[in-house]
Amino acid sequence: MTAPETMASTPVAASLGALVLEARGLCKDYRIGRGPGSSTVSAVRDVSLQLRRGSVVALVGESGSGKSTVAKLLAGQEWPTAGQILLDGEPVRPSSRHAFRAFKSDVQMVFQDPFASLNPTHRVRYPLERAVRLHQRELKGAAIGAELVRLLEEVRMIPAEQFLMRYPHELSGGQRQRISIARALAVKPRVLLADEPVSMLDVSIRLEVLDVIDQLRARFDLAVLYITHDIASARYFANETLVMYAGEIVERGPSEDLTQNPAHPYTQLLLAAAPDPDRLGAPVDERLKLGGRPVAGTSARTAGCRFSDRCPLAEDRCRAESPPLRAIGEQRAAACWRLEVAAPGLLADAGAERSTPMPR
Amino acid sequence: MAVALPIQRAPRAAGSLSRLRAVSRGVPGKAKVGGAILGLFILIAIIGPALAPYDPSATSLQTSALGPSAHHLLGTTSTGQDVLSQLLVGMRSTVVLGLLTGVIATTLAVVVGLSAGFLGGAADEALSLFSNVFLVLPALPLLIVLLGYLPPTSGELPVAIVLSALGWPWGARVIRAQTLTLRNRDYVLAARELGERNWRIILFEILPNEVSLIAAGFVGTVLYAILTSVALAFIGVASFSGWSLGTMLYWAQSQEAIETGAWWWYVPPGVSVALLGMSLVLLNFGLDELGNPRLRDSGRLKLRGRTWRASDPTPIVREMA
Amino acid sequence: MSGAKPITAGTPAASLDARPQLPVLDIRDLSIAFAGEHGNVGVVRHVDLGLAPGEVVGLAGESGSGKSTLALGACRLLRPPAVITGGSVIYRGRRVSASGVEILDLSGRQLRELRWREIAIVFQSAMNALNPVLRISDQLGDVLDAHLDLGREEKRERLMSLLDLVGIPRQRLRSYPHELSGGMRQRVMIAMALSTEPEVVIMDEPTTALDVVVQREILAEIAALQKQLKFAVLFITHDLSLLLEIADRIAILYGGRLVELGSAEQIHHQTAHPYTRGLLDSFPSVRGPRRELAGISGSPPDPRDMPPGCPFEPRCRFATENCQAVDMRLLAVPGSAAGHVTACPYVKSDMLATADASRAAAASNGGRPA
Repeated sequence: MTAPETMASTPVAASLGALVLEARGLCKDYRIGRGPGSSTVSAVRDVSLQLRRGSVVALVGESGSGKSTVAKLLAGQEWPTAGQILLDGEPVRPSSRHAFRAFKSDVQMVFQDPFASLNPTHRVRYPLERAVRLHQRELKGAAIGAELVRLLEEVRMIPAEQFLMRYPHELSGGQRQRISIARALAVKPRVLLADEPVSMLDVSIRLEVLDVIDQLRARFDLAVLYITHDIASARYFANETLVMYAGEIVERGPSEDLTQNPAHPYTQLLLAAAPDPDRLGAPVDERLKLGGRPVAGTSARTAGCRFSDRCPLAEDRCRAESPPLRAIGEQRAAACWRLEVAAPGLLADAGAERSTPMPR
Repeated sequence: MAVALPIQRAPRAAGSLSRLRAVSRGVPGKAKVGGAILGLFILIAIIGPALAPYDPSATSLQTSALGPSAHHLLGTTSTGQDVLSQLLVGMRSTVVLGLLTGVIATTLAVVVGLSAGFLGGAADEALSLFSNVFLVLPALPLLIVLLGYLPPTSGELPVAIVLSALGWPWGARVIRAQTLTLRNRDYVLAARELGERNWRIILFEILPNEVSLIAAGFVGTVLYAILTSVALAFIGVASFSGWSLGTMLYWAQSQEAIETGAWWWYVPPGVSVALLGMSLVLLNFGLDELGNPRLRDSGRLKLRGRTWRASDPTPIVREMA
Repeated sequence: MSGAKPITAGTPAASLDARPQLPVLDIRDLSIAFAGEHGNVGVVRHVDLGLAPGEVVGLAGESGSGKSTLALGACRLLRPPAVITGGSVIYRGRRVSASGVEILDLSGRQLRELRWREIAIVFQSAMNALNPVLRISDQLGDVLDAHLDLGREEKRERLMSLLDLVGIPRQRLRSYPHELSGGMRQRVMIAMALSTEPEVVIMDEPTTALDVVVQREILAEIAALQKQLKFAVLFITHDLSLLLEIADRIAILYGGRLVELGSAEQIHHQTAHPYTRGLLDSFPSVRGPRRELAGISGSPPDPRDMPPGCPFEPRCRFATENCQAVDMRLLAVPGSAAGHVTACPYVKSDMLATADASRAAAASNGGRPA
């Protein structure tokens, strides 16, 4: 039996690849209902992030945090209400089908549900062949077949010819997800947006699929956006982690540093709530007790910090004014008025506070 | 380092016969029975007129109103026409009319329903308005009026067109609803991600997933066409240049076949219509079950002679181990 | 009456007895299959599991492991074509006869009395388990009416105290399910399950659909309730890292078979089955140093196509020809406290101590067991 693949042991932090896709101040509002009774929900508010070649950025948040909406905006599936998306520094606004297709040949998305992302009436060959025909037009005839085989081998599905003839329902979840990745790869993109790529897979095969994505990142110098609710996997898989809450980025920084020394109270809450097998031996109640007030539900505040309803450290200022994303040291930032209490050590390490807010 | 992964299942047994057997085992019994009966009727429709022993319109005074005999297997009408011949020839007309209407109406329904569901917005509003207008028109009176305008020698096609015009909107609504659902499936979004054109997405991503719905709609439309045309002929609205099951019933009724006890005149066409209708209904149910396997059996299990219902606690069958 | 003293949650592993005396739910040699035209598919095979009074036992496994089928089958809740093909399930609650009652022998009516009153179930998706057109008060009230004989005032009192118990504000009593958040709905499910003070509560992935923070709250409440009401819990989940925190003992299922059973401590630090090791290595840790992660190559097994012998053999790092002849009997783990059993006769705990060590050992031995 061959040994299973392991995750790369150290993230590529220092050497930053070229900036490919950037979001600046993205906002997305949705209208609920019609006419007089309608209301606006701000699903994404002032989100900025940078995707660089060869590096993975994780976007961590619970359901309803807006992380999937960010993915849809970056993929061009929906238009932002405000803010910009820049590809290679140029604003993106594909007005024609041609321009959209050109954008798509650079930025591809992998979907969450392996059971829904493949058309059940088509064999595996069909979506891959369409991808190749649309985005690698120079290939004809037998070259297309060879390319399909190569794609499946990239995602470690061998023998490729046999898999090409299968229907999706004959494959397992992990295999289907790898087909989806192969389809995205067929386009030869520079950016891969992975929206919870492994959440619906069995635990023991998640790492293998993540490893496939990681190896492809290394091989093709891809810029990867990894969206997840599991902050533990972000620690292992991503170079930089951004934490989202109720549509806003509340904290960002290198994954290892952020998960080991969280600054924002929400990040601290997420990390405290994650199951920790190494916490065996303590009596049950102690292990499961979280500091602070019991949390109630998601908030839809219009003024002030959106986390203030649930935050154990919230004060009047928090409820009135929304905190900007403040830099803490070189690579980290958090949006909180109470950082001196939430993470005193970090602030001390970082030296004097900078009063200029950073772009989110 | 690439890791070879074993494929989960052995490749399917080669040979089309075993595959055919596997497929036929999956087809519900209702569909098989319905399909078989329908097939029989279609066969009669094809070869019937060649088998007819007499010209169905040939009258004869000597052989009027005779019961079934060796010369006339199904007896004769009050004017001496052979009932069997009329049946064999009339079957074709009825069946052809039904199938033609099915094809025209279903095509229209698919085109309108798919477009409305997929395009959304103003196109959807316009197409929905269009189909709603037809849906709301009073069908029977309009049919009677329109059919009255048709010249008597028009044949099946114009009648089929008129029937289709009033039978398509229901299917269009159903297909539109299904398309609205499928439009947001991940695989459709994935096709968009690749930059596929809309018409390709409609034809190759969405349409193949609606096949069972379209088939069911087709069968339903055929049923509607046959029953409606028989009913209209029975009340005297259809054209009388050719023979059909409906016209047979019309003449039987107007010549007081029931009162004179000439059951051989109205029972064969009546039973034929009923059987034809039943076969279509069975086929439709069977196709529904094929598309939605949950409708089958619904949790009943027959084992060792006993039947367990879904509401029973889990049965214990130790000998099965 | 059970002679053993109840084992409360949090008891250190060392004081657990070999097999809990007189378990309140005693599953022995249970086998469940699905009858089909093409033959029967075994989904649960010869599983032994005992639940001591007041104990939390975790049932861990992935798709195809049979964990939900096992728990639902033990209560005979599975619908045809599921069939129980062997074994016994004995329930020994305080309110039931001293010698216990064989669930597999009960009639439909007897089962209905047993269920919910004695053995309650919390399902995974509260939205699917709650009736969307009935208010919470009606649904909770239905349960009370079906199993207890309470007057109107008593019933109202009981409903209120149930809501307090699970932390739902009293004014939400008249709400419909869709008006509540996911966490609240799951709390309603728990309230329903506890309303008749059962001895055993089976929880089938109760927090999988919830966010990790809400999950943590719910689990804390369950722990508190368990301390207070002293019921036993069978907790089914794929999240082994969660079980290590909350369960007293953990049973690992793979391909319908029990492959390892032991206390949380034993499972974590004296892992005795390659699948358990693989599963543990699949959970990235948030705290502590970055470990080597691996996962398990291959896919979960298809119950229709089970290999002979050990179901894990196709994916196992340590597999040899002998593995196809293993009879999957549970053997005591050498060097570990009593009660820790494994189905793997070849691999020793120290080989599985850490992912690195086990990989090195397997590589140096050429894949053969030491």
